[in-house]
Amino acid sequence: MATQAMFLKNLQRTLGQNIRQYGMFIALFVIMIIFSITTNGIFISSRNLSNLINQTGYIAVLAVGMTLVIVIRHIDLSVGFLAGFLGAVAAIALRFWDLPTIVVVPMVLVMGGLAGLLTALPVAELKIPSFVASLAGWLIYRGALQLVTAGTGTIIIEDETFNAIGNGFIPDLPVTLIPGYHTLTLLLGAIAIGAFIFSEIRSRNKKLAYNFEVLPADMFALKLIFISTLIGLLAWIMAGYNGLSWTMVIVLVVVAIYHFITTQTVLGRHIYAVGGNPEAAELSGISVKRITYIVFASMGMLAALSGILFASRLRSATTTAGTLFELDAIAAAYIGGVSAAGGVGNVIGSIIGALVYVSLTSGMNLMGIDIAYQYIVRGLVLVAAVIFDVTTRRRGRAG
Amino acid sequence: METPILEMRQITKEFPGVRALDNVTFSVKRGEIHCLVGENGAGKSTLMKVLSGVYPYGTYSGEILIDGQPQRFSGIADSERAGIGIIYQELALVPEMTVYENIFLGHEINRNGLIDWNETIHRADAMLRKVRLTVNPATKVRDLGVGKQQLVEIAKVLSRNVKILILDEPTAALNEDDSENLLNLLRELRDHGVTCILISHKLKEVLSIADTVTVLRDGKTVCTLDAHKGEVSEQALIRNMVGREITNIYPPRSHRPGADPMLALRNWTVYAPELGRYILRDVNIEVRRGEIVGLAGLMGAGRTELALSMFGNAPGYRISGELWLKGKQRWFRHPQEAIAAGMAYVSEDRKAKGLVLIQDVRQNITLANLRALARNGIIDRNAEIQVAEEYRRSLNIKTPTIEQQVVNLSGGNQQKVCLGKWLFVRPDVLILDEPTRGIDVGAKYEIYQLMNRLVEDGMSILMISSELPEVLGMSDRVYVVSGGRIKGELPIEVASQEKIMELAVDY
Repeated sequence: MATQAMFLKNLQRTLGQNIRQYGMFIALFVIMIIFSITTNGIFISSRNLSNLINQTGYIAVLAVGMTLVIVIRHIDLSVGFLAGFLGAVAAIALRFWDLPTIVVVPMVLVMGGLAGLLTALPVAELKIPSFVASLAGWLIYRGALQLVTAGTGTIIIEDETFNAIGNGFIPDLPVTLIPGYHTLTLLLGAIAIGAFIFSEIRSRNKKLAYNFEVLPADMFALKLIFISTLIGLLAWIMAGYNGLSWTMVIVLVVVAIYHFITTQTVLGRHIYAVGGNPEAAELSGISVKRITYIVFASMGMLAALSGILFASRLRSATTTAGTLFELDAIAAAYIGGVSAAGGVGNVIGSIIGALVYVSLTSGMNLMGIDIAYQYIVRGLVLVAAVIFDVTTRRRGRAG
Repeated sequence: METPILEMRQITKEFPGVRALDNVTFSVKRGEIHCLVGENGAGKSTLMKVLSGVYPYGTYSGEILIDGQPQRFSGIADSERAGIGIIYQELALVPEMTVYENIFLGHEINRNGLIDWNETIHRADAMLRKVRLTVNPATKVRDLGVGKQQLVEIAKVLSRNVKILILDEPTAALNEDDSENLLNLLRELRDHGVTCILISHKLKEVLSIADTVTVLRDGKTVCTLDAHKGEVSEQALIRNMVGREITNIYPPRSHRPGADPMLALRNWTVYAPELGRYILRDVNIEVRRGEIVGLAGLMGAGRTELALSMFGNAPGYRISGELWLKGKQRWFRHPQEAIAAGMAYVSEDRKAKGLVLIQDVRQNITLANLRALARNGIIDRNAEIQVAEEYRRSLNIKTPTIEQQVVNLSGGNQQKVCLGKWLFVRPDVLILDEPTRGIDVGAKYEIYQLMNRLVEDGMSILMISSELPEVLGMSDRVYVVSGGRIKGELPIEVASQEKIMELAVDY
């Protein structure tokens, strides 16, 4: 009894202290359970979740870039149509210039990076508000998209390598572990769980060596079990339907890279310092200008990636591709806990935010809810997430 | 005897940990120009904020009487109604609006919410004549010089039937001609029955214009002097402004400054095109190895601008002159270059310019020199923790862990985090801008000890400070700045509070 009471007390305390950190995971979990019930389990089916994650891809990569843009107290509205425009450029390069995917993808990514630098130019040099500079970009890329698709209308992409990016799955091993399940995906899931547990234990031991506060042992175990289960479940569900998609692999790689940069590198620390207090950062020898260019260039490059994912998913470039992507990405970042005051927010949160956002759409679609109500629900979720974030942050500071 | 137009009796105002005003009594006669003088932090601005209702009734103790009637202001609107008009150092005009819109801002002449523009312009014209400003009232304030903006501000206040006009350092940003105009205007207003309270650092100005002078020091009224009885003189004012006891709160020093100059400025001149005036002019200073040099002066003298312009952070300024660092002539376009060359600057405003408040102690300490902890751009977390722990120990930063957000630390500990950050760049020349502002006595003493230790190890320190006892207690040599110029250099043996103040108020 005593140990049980202790466990509950620890649980309450841990959740209370880290409510902000875990809040999004819990929200996502709750949303998934609700939809699973209301759709008689269709929502949680392997096929639907696999589709859902593939649909999240092009918003998720934008949300990752947008997170950093918002962290340094800016905004980039141009990325939706930039993604649409660059998707069309990719389609034209494949279809009319007969360039192979291996050339087109890097080319488009570089163009995206350059477009980002262009948006940053008036922001960094003349202190023009990024809202205005990127709104100009929004208009320009919208026009550019219509211009390049004017003669042809929708451009069908026939390159199968390119189309696999948005529709294909990773190949399987020639062995079968469990009939009907994708072996390599299961294996990767197991490896991920192992790596996660190993790195968590190592980091906890390191903190203990410095006498830092760590989670109580039972809570730590609970956290390991919870997240391992999540990873395992995800791998299991994916393995039940064709395995990991290439889109998912790309998103995971992007998240891993950005998570690493933001948490482990000098560049990442400088980005957060500029967001937290630009004047102090400048006086500490950090060039705020340089950071602005880098963050916008990364945003542009991720917009290009988003455009590639979208065009590939549709196997075509359309005249309206990219419409409202920027607002979806911004909403995902805010749901994921980024703060407009600057210096706060992380890419994992934004990915979860994107998943929450797309889950809502997908679940409500399955339930046959009218699109008008869907917008209203999404709006309410956004405002609820931000209110939750602001109030827990305030409490966190007071305590 | 006639009732004074304004009386403030036994005013006491406390902030957490500080008694800003201590039993202050202040009495102003009808139709006089009454100057309020004192060092930075003596309590002048706080007293005026009490009077104007910025600190409402109940947040201070004491009495305010206007024309013998007790007043209880709960906000600025109340004090305005009672006839008090105040003009702050930072002008409160909307640059994008016209002169007449600004004059009647918040008190628009209207009928049922519709503004009567003709009447507005007509009356604005009359107000402008009163302050002897000949501009078209339809001019945008943005297009006027600072001196004319000041006059618009006065017209704005006068349009509200003020009995008592308060001006806080009105000439601080003005050139000589504009200052003279303003003082003449004040004399004229006085002759038309407006009572003026003038806060000023410029003693010459005070001597030429004051009917009465009240001196504040450390939140207390020191004396009130009557100019017409010949009580006001420069010596009398300076003596009363400084005369603070220097208690022995400075650690003993054993260091001996070297002879070779580490930092030197030659004819350093900084011009601000936007303001149309010089911030600094022909500054020549030198800091030697192992020396603490004090840079004294009043607020607005150009001390912080001097530091920032050396440090490569002077956006929009035009700089000429030479900067010599460790025997080489240098020129820094960005703080990054200054840091790389061996300089460090600890800002006077640790919250706005020193710290990233939402980050923790560790992240703040390593911010300016992360590259030293990184290989291929990847931070070595263990090395970082060790560095942060090392500075926490050596500077005695009181925090539960180095993972504590600095926003939760006390002022003294925040300042130590700032110092830690700059010591970690291992500078040869350290510029400290008001290093002990707003921190408790214990932390002050620790910072003084640290400064002595650093110069013993061969570092050179340039210390900007408004606290004269601190300047005298810590420096080996003192420069005094006033109006953007070095007014004098004093070896510590001959420096005294009076001598420094004499130079600091010399415009």
